[in-house]
Amino acid sequence: MEKNLLPKDLPKEEFLLPGTRACSGCAFALAYRFALKALGKRTIACTPASCSTVLSGMYPVTSLKIPMLNTAFESTGAALSGIRAALDILGKEDITVLGWAGDGGTVDIGIQSLSGAAERGTDMIYVCYDNEAYMNTGVQRSGSTPYGAFTTTTPTGKLQKRKNMPAILAAHGVPYVATANSSYPIDLYLKFKKAKDEFKGKTRYIHIIAPCPPGWGFHTKDFIKIGRLATQSGLWPLYEIIEGKMILSKPTRDIVLGKKKRVPVTDYFQAQSRFRTLSDVQIQQIQAEVDQEFESFKQNL
Amino acid sequence: MPIHSLKDRKMPISSIATPIEGEGGRTGTWRTERPVLDPTKCATVKQNKLVCLLCWLYCPEANISRTIPPKIDYVYCKGCGACAEECPSKAITMEEEGNFED
Amino acid sequence: MGRKLVLNGNHAAAHACKDARVQVIAAYPITPQSPLTELLSQFVEHGDLKAKYICVESEHSAITVCIAASSTGARTFTATSANGLLLMHEQLHWAAGARLPIVLACVNRAVAAPWNVWNDQQDSISQRDTGWIQIYCEDNQEIYDRIIQAYKIAEQLYIPVMVCFDGYILSHTLMPVETIDQDSIDEFLPPYKPHITLDPENPCVLNLVTFPWIRQDHPDIEKLGGYPELRYQLQQTLLSSFEVIEQVDREFGEKFGRDYGLYIEYQCADADYILMAMGSIASEATVAVDLLREEGYKIGMLSLKLFRPFPAEILAAYADRAPASTYIIIERGLSYGYEGAVCTEFKAALFTHQIQKNVHNYLIGIGGRDFDVYQIIEATKQSINAIDNGQTYKEMEWINVQK
Repeated sequence: MEKNLLPKDLPKEEFLLPGTRACSGCAFALAYRFALKALGKRTIACTPASCSTVLSGMYPVTSLKIPMLNTAFESTGAALSGIRAALDILGKEDITVLGWAGDGGTVDIGIQSLSGAAERGTDMIYVCYDNEAYMNTGVQRSGSTPYGAFTTTTPTGKLQKRKNMPAILAAHGVPYVATANSSYPIDLYLKFKKAKDEFKGKTRYIHIIAPCPPGWGFHTKDFIKIGRLATQSGLWPLYEIIEGKMILSKPTRDIVLGKKKRVPVTDYFQAQSRFRTLSDVQIQQIQAEVDQEFESFKQNL
Repeated sequence: MPIHSLKDRKMPISSIATPIEGEGGRTGTWRTERPVLDPTKCATVKQNKLVCLLCWLYCPEANISRTIPPKIDYVYCKGCGACAEECPSKAITMEEEGNFED
Repeated sequence: MGRKLVLNGNHAAAHACKDARVQVIAAYPITPQSPLTELLSQFVEHGDLKAKYICVESEHSAITVCIAASSTGARTFTATSANGLLLMHEQLHWAAGARLPIVLACVNRAVAAPWNVWNDQQDSISQRDTGWIQIYCEDNQEIYDRIIQAYKIAEQLYIPVMVCFDGYILSHTLMPVETIDQDSIDEFLPPYKPHITLDPENPCVLNLVTFPWIRQDHPDIEKLGGYPELRYQLQQTLLSSFEVIEQVDREFGEKFGRDYGLYIEYQCADADYILMAMGSIASEATVAVDLLREEGYKIGMLSLKLFRPFPAEILAAYADRAPASTYIIIERGLSYGYEGAVCTEFKAALFTHQIQKNVHNYLIGIGGRDFDVYQIIEATKQSINAIDNGQTYKEMEWINVQK
């Protein structure tokens, strides 16, 4: 992940046509843009009910330039298995099968079919773009909503911690697991390239944080900044888990090495209105947990 | 960008969507302010090279071209303001949409 | 040359899938279907069938694998029963709306609550609104034959087909089954030609959100319609599919010597009363007909094979021609809060065509309770007596149930 790639070196071709229905300042639209640049034309995507369904368009036209199968909310993993099975039996080679699902469709209702697909070693790249709530239906809480966040179904702040999906997938023995961040598009692009080129035929899982201006409560112009703060504060560490071994990505590794300062979690929380119900005690608790996690990261250097 | 035509399509038997530019409409009409790039401040112009390009990089809709200087597609730009926020040269400013005729 | 085998219903279905050259199979166990997919796994692993066999983690995922694989261009199959079929319900609607020629074998079993692994037809009957074609088999030979026919029907109409057969009574009972040689099957059933596929060379997005209204906001977009137009096509194709279903069956009969039609009638030509049933119970009912005839009753039996699309006009025309004044419909499932679905729909067909008949409804073998021909005979005599006493209407009755 250390290639010094500049924006001018990235592929020019876009696979999302302009004029999508994504919100202004949508982070996962940016992530999709660079994921598809890395994966290229020979990609078949599959999306469950999610914001991405809306971004994709409305019959009879779409903003996507790759083929995509819409599928029922809980079924992305199974649909990916089905697409891959058909491609294999029909002898169609060299096609990436890409799952592009939100956190609801991955962590909650979609976890069973994802788990099944991962256990079967399905040849796929499964992506969870995580805006940390059921945004498409109006900001209801999901299993990936962080502790203390406001959602329309947790108006005084979520009481439970979120599921650790990368760890869950790593526990399935998935050989390539990574976290990514749309505020670090080049890191994201390189991870998708790595997933495509170096883990052919295997199950790959990439979990991307996708700050959501209306859902998280910040101005659209700050969506890159908020995503960056998530990683800089340590609340969204960037890493890969390759064959079970965690490798920190540069932005997070620099923090662990002390080359960059870790930003206090308060800065991240204060920049978004969804954390307004967090008490000082809760913030201290969260800070302590991040501190502890970063201590343990030292063994991954 | 070319618009994919629906002229030759017939009604299908199931929901099949073909690619088209501006599926969601002229999304430029969504914005209340628009990014305006000052080429005198833009690094690509000053160095006459494809350097920086963070505006191209961070635009969620790829509405900014990777040229010297980058050009903003006002038909589709939703006016999120991330390009202005992230530009290290402060070459892009957000201006009231009402100030413009088009 | 085909082979003369002795197979249970599950294995007959599995052989048919193999001979139909199914390409993607989704397998999830449920009693009494499991031996069907088990045999398929052996075919695949021993190389007798070149297919992808996916052991999914739920029935919902099983039908999803079929939907996705069919959308990518493969011929697909799955099998299930009871609660497994119920779990698929959302996706049954999806498969029909997406116009995918999936074939599903439903090994009929009673639904929970409470748990019951034995045979009745509540599972498939309760899926009649989903837009699938439903065929009910009477014996294991028919199971084999119908699955082959099902692919030809499905791939011509682009509508999924459910081939139903009774759990245990057929699925686990050995019967002679004559298979057909591969070359002849290949000639009858050409490779699957999808109406659309997921293809990077020709990208499109399937099953996107579809507005209730017709879009006007791009040139030429209005002619592509909206949600109602697409759903309308499904219904219209179903309503006009009787010809295709009959034609495939006829062609099968001409080639292989066995055909079944949309219904089979037994001794109905001069019958005053006609028993009507779906599935293996129809076989039992023919024995009842024979015994009742010996007692002097002029009675016949109509085995309904096609439940969806419901052959309303065809059955009404039949009832109009046939001399019988009374139809005694014996069912293995019902629409709770009303009555047996076949009975309701048959009565509606008669009403639509202004045909006046007595229609009585019985439920038998619910939850797999064993029944015999004498119970059918007793119920029939009850109906006949009631009519003789001027009681043309009779409430639906559950045979052999403590009340």
